[in-house]
Amino acid sequence: MIEILSALGPTSVQDLGRFEQYRFGVGTSGAMDDVALRAGNILLGNDENAAGIEIPVTPFKLRFGRDRAFALTGAEVEADVGGRAIPPWWRSRAHTGEILTIKAMSRGARSYLTLSGGIDVPVVLGSRSTQFRGEFGGFEGRPLQTGDVLPCAAPNPSAETSDLGVGPADLVLARPNMPAGDTTVRVIIAGEYDAFDSTAQKLFWRSGWKITPQSNRYGYRLQGPAVNPVSPIEKRSHGIVAGVIQIPPNGQPIIQMRDAQTSGGYPKIATVIKADMWRVAQARLGSTLRFEQTAYADALAAEDEVSVYLDRLRADVRLFAELQGCR
Amino acid sequence: MTASDRPRISLLGTTAILFEAPGPFDLPHQRRIWTLATTASKWPGIREAIPLITNLMLTFETPPRDPSTLMAALNDAWNEAQELTIGGREIRLPVTYGGEIGASLQAVANHCGMSIDDVVSIHAAPLYTVFALGSHPGYCYLGGMDPRISMPRRQTPLQRSAGGSVSIGGSQTGVSASPGPSGWHAIGHTSWIFFDPCWTTPAALAPGDTIRFEIERVIR
Repeated sequence: MIEILSALGPTSVQDLGRFEQYRFGVGTSGAMDDVALRAGNILLGNDENAAGIEIPVTPFKLRFGRDRAFALTGAEVEADVGGRAIPPWWRSRAHTGEILTIKAMSRGARSYLTLSGGIDVPVVLGSRSTQFRGEFGGFEGRPLQTGDVLPCAAPNPSAETSDLGVGPADLVLARPNMPAGDTTVRVIIAGEYDAFDSTAQKLFWRSGWKITPQSNRYGYRLQGPAVNPVSPIEKRSHGIVAGVIQIPPNGQPIIQMRDAQTSGGYPKIATVIKADMWRVAQARLGSTLRFEQTAYADALAAEDEVSVYLDRLRADVRLFAELQGCR
Repeated sequence: MTASDRPRISLLGTTAILFEAPGPFDLPHQRRIWTLATTASKWPGIREAIPLITNLMLTFETPPRDPSTLMAALNDAWNEAQELTIGGREIRLPVTYGGEIGASLQAVANHCGMSIDDVVSIHAAPLYTVFALGSHPGYCYLGGMDPRISMPRRQTPLQRSAGGSVSIGGSQTGVSASPGPSGWHAIGHTSWIFFDPCWTTPAALAPGDTIRFEIERVIR
């Protein structure tokens, strides 16, 4: 088990998500940066869907109840365990009673703590992810608080041997010729794109969109020039998924994120492709987001690139385990 | 066929596709959507078929390499879809109109140019059908609202609206099952339980069930 000594903001237990309950109005929840969660679990030899902790705010502190391998992936963080500095995207070992401290987040917006064996909270409606709106799943259906004691499954012996690092997703999957500082994400145009005239469309593509403080796991509310359709659109409610960019009547886009409602009626101008959602998840409040149009086939190719990256990690971790076995 | 006679089919990135039926927001169209959902949920590569208001979203287990084949299949299945009649149960829901939770009651009355009492009696008159579940766990979208009390959604959605609030958004009405953000206008509230993840079926209501609102109290 592990004991939370300090958790701020909506720190929560998440796996990859709850994908088969839309018809009951239940959204997916799940790790905002699914690539980071998968990478952490791969490092530890876990099932990739094992639950970890999503940490959006520092400082964060916890105590290990027994020896256990763990990893911090996602954001670049300054962290230590038992006084030893821990680099992100590395698997490390903690001893019984040692304290892990994440002091600061220097790049990115969310750190993922994965533990050998995974966090063993009950599976509710097919997932261990926290459903904030429904107040179920995760740890008691709520954000983690100081004093919470989380059960962990039996550690995976293959991960308990020695430290091992992998290339962070934001370096390996970096896209060439992108403006520094801003986050550019690829989008596919959505149902109501043609209801915006060419001036509004250009504003959407060419503007830098500031991520406002009202952005969270539900959605990213952006700020920039007002983008409005030629005439107001009042749609019948329909299903939406994470990544959909809605334009409410104030003309300020909202990107739906993992805790978004399962349906909505505001016009949709575009959808962030699945392969770039982790980039949105790691974009910080106050930073600038830009949109780049892409074709459906290219979006699938981008998903393949993420798969190749994860396949490489799997192969490297396996190879390392075999080399260890030979010694 | 004119453009408005044809279904609209659009991609939601690479994870889902949306089919929007032509024609009015009424029960016969919704019954055909239920049929289409039953049919499409069995297709290969489809994770879930989610009916909403005269439309259907399909989420992908695996994204199709060529979405145009799927679009054609949706069009064909819609053309063949008969009305699926579901014999659901009838629920009576006591509602307190107005008050702190239903704070937009006056705004709806002003927008529609009628008195609070008129809005309440028009809202409580019909037998509503649960058209679909969506938005948040256990939330029911209802068909049958009188268009005279329609009101466009909010310019900017609220960050938090109370659980149990009875709201109007455009020409639709519904009851929230838990607190959360909303772009709709709350005109009242109820204390009924709509969702529990421990139930065998986590939602209390299903498409085809019917609801009658009972005016418990009107706070002006």
